[in-house]
Amino acid sequence: MSVLVSASVPQAGQRSAVIRTGAPVSALRAEWTKLRTLAGTWWLLLAVIALTAAVGVGAASAVTCQAAGCGQDPAKVALSGVDLSQAVVAILAVLAISGEYSTGMIRTTLTAMPRRLSVLGAKAVVVAALTLAAGAVGVLAAMLAGRLILPGRGFTRGHGYPSLSLASGPDLRAVAGTVLYLALIALLALGVATAVRDSAVSIGLVLALLYLFPVIASALNPRWSRHLEQIGPMSAGLTIQATAGLRGLPLAPWQGLGVLALWAAGALLAGAAALRLRDA
Amino acid sequence: MTDTLYRSQIQPGHDSFAQTLRAEWLKFRTVRGWVIGMVVAALAILALGLGPSAQGSCGTNGPASDCTQPLGPGGEAVTDSFYFAHQPLNGNGTITVRVTSLTGQIPDFSGGAGGSGGPPTRSGLVPWAKAGLIIKASTTQGSAYAAMMVTGGHGVQMQYDYTGDAPGLAGAVSAVSPRWLRLTRSGDTFTGYDSADGAHWTKVGVATLTGLPPTVQGGLFATSPPYWQASGSGTSVTGGASEATGAFDHVSLIGGWPKAEWTGTAIGDAGGPAAGSPGGFQDAAGRFTVSGVGDIAPSVSGAAGLGVTITQTLIGVFAGLIAVAVVGAMFMTAEYRRGLIRVTLAATPGRGRVLAAKAVVIAAVTFAVGLVSSAIVVTVGQRVLRDHGVYVWPVTALTEARVIVGTAAVLAVAAVIALAIGTILRRGAGAVAAVIVVIVLPYLLTVTTPLLPAGPTDWLARVTPAAAFAVQQTLIQYPQVNNAYVPSGGYYPLAPWAGFAVLCGWAAVALALAVWTLNRRDA
Repeated sequence: MSVLVSASVPQAGQRSAVIRTGAPVSALRAEWTKLRTLAGTWWLLLAVIALTAAVGVGAASAVTCQAAGCGQDPAKVALSGVDLSQAVVAILAVLAISGEYSTGMIRTTLTAMPRRLSVLGAKAVVVAALTLAAGAVGVLAAMLAGRLILPGRGFTRGHGYPSLSLASGPDLRAVAGTVLYLALIALLALGVATAVRDSAVSIGLVLALLYLFPVIASALNPRWSRHLEQIGPMSAGLTIQATAGLRGLPLAPWQGLGVLALWAAGALLAGAAALRLRDA
Repeated sequence: MTDTLYRSQIQPGHDSFAQTLRAEWLKFRTVRGWVIGMVVAALAILALGLGPSAQGSCGTNGPASDCTQPLGPGGEAVTDSFYFAHQPLNGNGTITVRVTSLTGQIPDFSGGAGGSGGPPTRSGLVPWAKAGLIIKASTTQGSAYAAMMVTGGHGVQMQYDYTGDAPGLAGAVSAVSPRWLRLTRSGDTFTGYDSADGAHWTKVGVATLTGLPPTVQGGLFATSPPYWQASGSGTSVTGGASEATGAFDHVSLIGGWPKAEWTGTAIGDAGGPAAGSPGGFQDAAGRFTVSGVGDIAPSVSGAAGLGVTITQTLIGVFAGLIAVAVVGAMFMTAEYRRGLIRVTLAATPGRGRVLAAKAVVIAAVTFAVGLVSSAIVVTVGQRVLRDHGVYVWPVTALTEARVIVGTAAVLAVAAVIALAIGTILRRGAGAVAAVIVVIVLPYLLTVTTPLLPAGPTDWLARVTPAAAFAVQQTLIQYPQVNNAYVPSGGYYPLAPWAGFAVLCGWAAVALALAVWTLNRRDA
């Protein structure tokens, strides 16, 4: 990994570029350059798009609806690829910071930009922006696939399922919310990795946070499992995909995404505190 | 001054696998983070399994209320609810009967779920509705029996001691094609015969029952297991009680039947689908009608089944699995990060051997940690659950041992997969994420919250590494009990060790790829 500082070598009598590095824009630029010039970043973003779309196609082709009221949520089925692609988003975000620790690059970064919080802030912006872009492509592709495939699987108007459409409020909420969901997962992972530093431990922690809540909730009695589904980042956050049967859900869609946002904020705070307080 | 040549204290000799193994074990135990990772895995398994995970209602309405299932002669939990028109049989004897019809009532969901009194009923039979002859040790639930019966969809069957089942004449019973049934007791041996005309008899099966008293109860019975249908797009079921009615005539008793008088008893207290349940019997000048609700069969856990299995206590294994995956991946990726791999490979140029030694060390350590923590959590955890009033399905000691050993083995193989993927990718993050995504995510999608219908879910539970969790299954699928046998109900499509073999197959592929990449590229 290398930083390509855009300013040329300062000439005598010219102001050094270093003086301007504290500014948020140059921090953003530095982080963008670092992430952009890693081959892994682009492969991971491609994987996010491909997995979101491919799993969506697979799930939409696997479900069937033989009669009216078959209890399935077509938007949830079409967007089920994020169950998998969120893990790739987490890898991307974890590597954005832990890669610097494993190579020692972090010392260069913090020498160039001594304001540690603006480094973390810049990383958060760049990682979230990339995730939003890739997530939007993947989620829209999955939605389109669902729109084309699901009517052939029995999700017809006759069975009470108009085809998926961005013109419908709940469907639009599911699509936009799922893209935001992926970005929040990226921030959560970035915060955890900043606090933990080691990439393997960080990804283990992040994926445990995501996948373990629903697994453990299934083993508890209904009252407890409902509470766990309300606080688990994945189970709460994915309520944003619900377009039917909202009354039976443990949380309203935007509330659920709000829970995930709290997790992401908490993780970023923990990461920021750790970054400020300890040696690099 | 005399120069003394330096001589190494190490004995010359073959560079053995044992030495490589020792070197890797030394590396493992001296890295504090990895030892901590293993401790975290054990603690996660213990804490989540022994925590106050569930609260049941068993015993809250009086001692042992709500949550007991009768146990059959083989020690398994059974359902034993039926209507029994019986009289004592002293010693040996034979009972013969003609069945002229089998009809029933099942819930009707076509008009929605119905009002507060449950759905309306319509005429119909569930496949294992049954009526016929039974000779039973006593009227106590769970006692030994042998029975000859006509069924709703499986023709004539001879069943005995809940799990025994032998088929007879196929086809449904009706007035134009009646079925003759005969059951003979000779000591502890029971023989069942069937016939379409009452003249030509065919032996259906022979059963040997143990521990019978000299006087047993024999006669006519009818029962009908609950009706269910897949709802939604096949991800859930709805159902309700059903009732079956058998019509009998030409009853003949030969041998030690001293009383020649019928008593009607409803065995068990299964609630029926409509008023007048559970069942009854009428005797109109030799023409008998018997109606009953329930089943005489091994008990199965349905979608809304009773209680939990001992697998419940192992829920922390998923947290433990993530911890061992992190350690397994780092066991290799840390070598690359520190450049230690060059020293390792200089000392042991056989690269496959290095990987093998690492695999043996990580597998052995994980297996030991998994074995101890699963053994504690299964034995103590089920006691905790019972103390909290939760019904825990009984299992044999052998099954319990298989669940414990199998869980430890799954953890060990998962750690080896993490090691192999770590070798291929040389990056810890990717390796850990890959292991979690291929093992925990399919489990989530097949067992915890099945999103897809039964077909694709079944397929996921067969081919993904999550198939290995079949080693934790303790419930048995019985062909003579119609039930939604799905992974989320505790029924895996593969046999326990077959599921584990799927995981081993994945591990073998990952290891082979790891050896190949390790040999092929520069360290």
